[in-house]
Amino acid sequence: MANHSASHPAHVQHHFVDSDQQFESAKMGMWVFLVNEILFFGGLFCAYIVFRAWYPELFTQAALELNKLWGGVNTIVLIGSSLTVAMAIRSAQKNQIKGLRINLLITIALACVFMVIKYFEYEHKLHLGIAPGSFWNPTPEILEELSHPKANIFFGIYYMMTGVHGLHVLVGIGLMIWLYIRAGKGHFSSEYYTPVEITGLYWHLVDLIWIFLFPLLYLIE
Amino acid sequence: MAAAQSKNMTTLQVKRFKPSENPTNTYLTDEKGVWAWMTTVDHKKIGLMYLVAVAFFFALAGFLAIALRTELWTPAKTFIEADTYNQLFTLHGAMMVFFVLVPSIPAALGNFVLPMQLGAKDVAFPRLNLASFYIYVIGAVFTFISLANNGFDTGWTFYTPYSSDTNSLGVIWVTLGVFILGFSSILTGTNFITTIHKLRAPGITWDKLPLNIWALYATSVIQVLATPVLAITILLLSMENILDIGIFDPAKGGDPVLYQHFFWFYSHPAVYIMIVPGFGIISEVITTFSKKHIFGYWAIALSSLAIAFIGFLVWGHHMFTSGQSAVATTVFSFLTFLVGIPTGIKILNWVATLYKGSIEMKTPMLYVFIFLFLFTIGGFTGIMLGALSVDIHLHDTYYVVAHFHYVMMGGTLMALLAGLHYWWPKMTGKMYNETLGKISAVLIFIGFNMTFLPQFVMGAQGMPRRYYNYIDQFQPFHQTSTIGSYILGAAFLIILYYLVRSLFGGEKASANPWNSRGLEWQATSPPDFHNFDHTPVVINGPYDYHKPMEEFQLGLAVEHNGHGHGEHHEVKTDQTEKA
Repeated sequence: MANHSASHPAHVQHHFVDSDQQFESAKMGMWVFLVNEILFFGGLFCAYIVFRAWYPELFTQAALELNKLWGGVNTIVLIGSSLTVAMAIRSAQKNQIKGLRINLLITIALACVFMVIKYFEYEHKLHLGIAPGSFWNPTPEILEELSHPKANIFFGIYYMMTGVHGLHVLVGIGLMIWLYIRAGKGHFSSEYYTPVEITGLYWHLVDLIWIFLFPLLYLIE
Repeated sequence: MAAAQSKNMTTLQVKRFKPSENPTNTYLTDEKGVWAWMTTVDHKKIGLMYLVAVAFFFALAGFLAIALRTELWTPAKTFIEADTYNQLFTLHGAMMVFFVLVPSIPAALGNFVLPMQLGAKDVAFPRLNLASFYIYVIGAVFTFISLANNGFDTGWTFYTPYSSDTNSLGVIWVTLGVFILGFSSILTGTNFITTIHKLRAPGITWDKLPLNIWALYATSVIQVLATPVLAITILLLSMENILDIGIFDPAKGGDPVLYQHFFWFYSHPAVYIMIVPGFGIISEVITTFSKKHIFGYWAIALSSLAIAFIGFLVWGHHMFTSGQSAVATTVFSFLTFLVGIPTGIKILNWVATLYKGSIEMKTPMLYVFIFLFLFTIGGFTGIMLGALSVDIHLHDTYYVVAHFHYVMMGGTLMALLAGLHYWWPKMTGKMYNETLGKISAVLIFIGFNMTFLPQFVMGAQGMPRRYYNYIDQFQPFHQTSTIGSYILGAAFLIILYYLVRSLFGGEKASANPWNSRGLEWQATSPPDFHNFDHTPVVINGPYDYHKPMEEFQLGLAVEHNGHGHGEHHEVKTDQTEKA
């Protein structure tokens, strides 16, 4: 390239004119991807709506089997992690790399807490035989509380929704570990923090989806 | 050098230059070796890799089609078993839809052309672009694993309970394959939307965007909004097979009509993913070979978006007889008729573009005419199928088969062939054999109509689709159809022959063999690794055929090094002077 400017900073890829264009492109790409994610979960929400409209009493009955306390704790944990990821971006903007790393670390920790709580919730249900599909084999006490013949469908939807959401949390943890390592290598500064910004966007969406899942699954009466 | 003032008073330096006719360094000579190709992030090479993959699957699925037609030569068994027949038509449909039609124009030709038409060096996310190709390959591998596990015979739609009752291992693999494949489509769409918004060269305002870009934009919007719904549907279907969660399968308490709603919520918009980019190619080719400004630029541009929008509201017309409510059926029927309006607007504008143009009957243009003819038949028969009372009679017959082959093969594939011939000199730097090109185009036209016109007739008379046996009265129609498919097969072999041959012994292509006004033709043939020697400043619109050719040289952004936001750096032609 004859006019491939020599002043190109190292982080700007060859096909972008400048840092701003790269940043705006990355951000827009992530927003488009988030639209994608919303439609992806939209299918699950749609299945939820259809089956809830058909079997309203099943949903109120089955929701009693879910642990509101731990679900609520998890909601607070995730909202907290959204705050820390926002603070991580703020640190990056202010060129405070140490603050960036600390905030990323807290976010990772909170995400792990979420997954651990989720693990114990799953583990407790599977122990009682509340498992998806063909593994549906509840204990007699559970069957007494949950007499609805379609009860396994509610838990099919529950496991799909929380399972797919959980996968997104795991991906988020992976991404933030990657960011943490890169931040340690000095890749980010107030000049360049695009990956932090767009991972933050992703993380807020994962959080937001949980904010919808929690009342829809746990809090119905 | 000359200076031009833009609206917000930024001064841009504009220099005129001509593309070199004998480029020494092109994207094909830039890096060599298999590894360099496999790891390339260059949109042009990725486009070519997609083209080869799509051609491979097209050949495979086409071969299956010929086998199917051969089997239908006689009313009873001709040479394959009924079960094999079921698997073969399923495979033909699934491969054509998911591996050929969906990626063909956007991922193969679009990948090559889109950044060039925008004056960009690459798409916004080149590595994602490469990833999308490999995701496509992985999806293909899953499908082949499925074939090794007794295959699948559910029809390409994977309706429950077929897909949850029969041979679940093969179905699990292929549905996971389609799930994976969806991400390749999503990534391409995301990439294109971002590229069109953020990477336009200076001077390319939204009203100077080539119509091919508008079409790819509309396509990408559908890809981004519809494909994730397919992904979750297919994921639920896989879980239905693996875990028996019971959302779709009636035996497990689920609802098969819910599956159909979910499936068609993607798959109806998906037919617009297949055809809308074809519309873009037609707009480009028809202006180039009519030597005339496109008629109704905004009408064509916005009708693509209108199709994308209305296309989301018509999925229920696939389910008129599936037991959805009468009210829903009526509404979907009405909305289906509405899609005909923007499509009709396009056809009329293309025909108006031809009016008083100086038409040059080169091979790409021949395919445009074939497209106009076949696609119009396909469109009108679609309106008939959208009419409720008619559909009760025609649903699940060969009439439907003929209809979607007229729109998908007569529409998308003809547009693909038009685009392939049109951009072949740009992609390869070689000219194909024009005589053989025309002969095969005519053969395709004859073979196509012989194959699918009789299917309208026997469908209207009651021949159901997907049947292995049929009553004797349909034999003449089936036999005509089979002979037609052989002619089609032969024509495609001729195309393969002369295209491959042109690579080795073809005449060298000039930078702009068609005298097109499009930006991509202002680069060398084949283009440089960065597409253009310099970041171009676009001074003229893509269809300004009323201006003499010598005005179609590019400006060169010096001061700002070609910032990607056309609207901030608009260059006024009347303010530029000759250097």
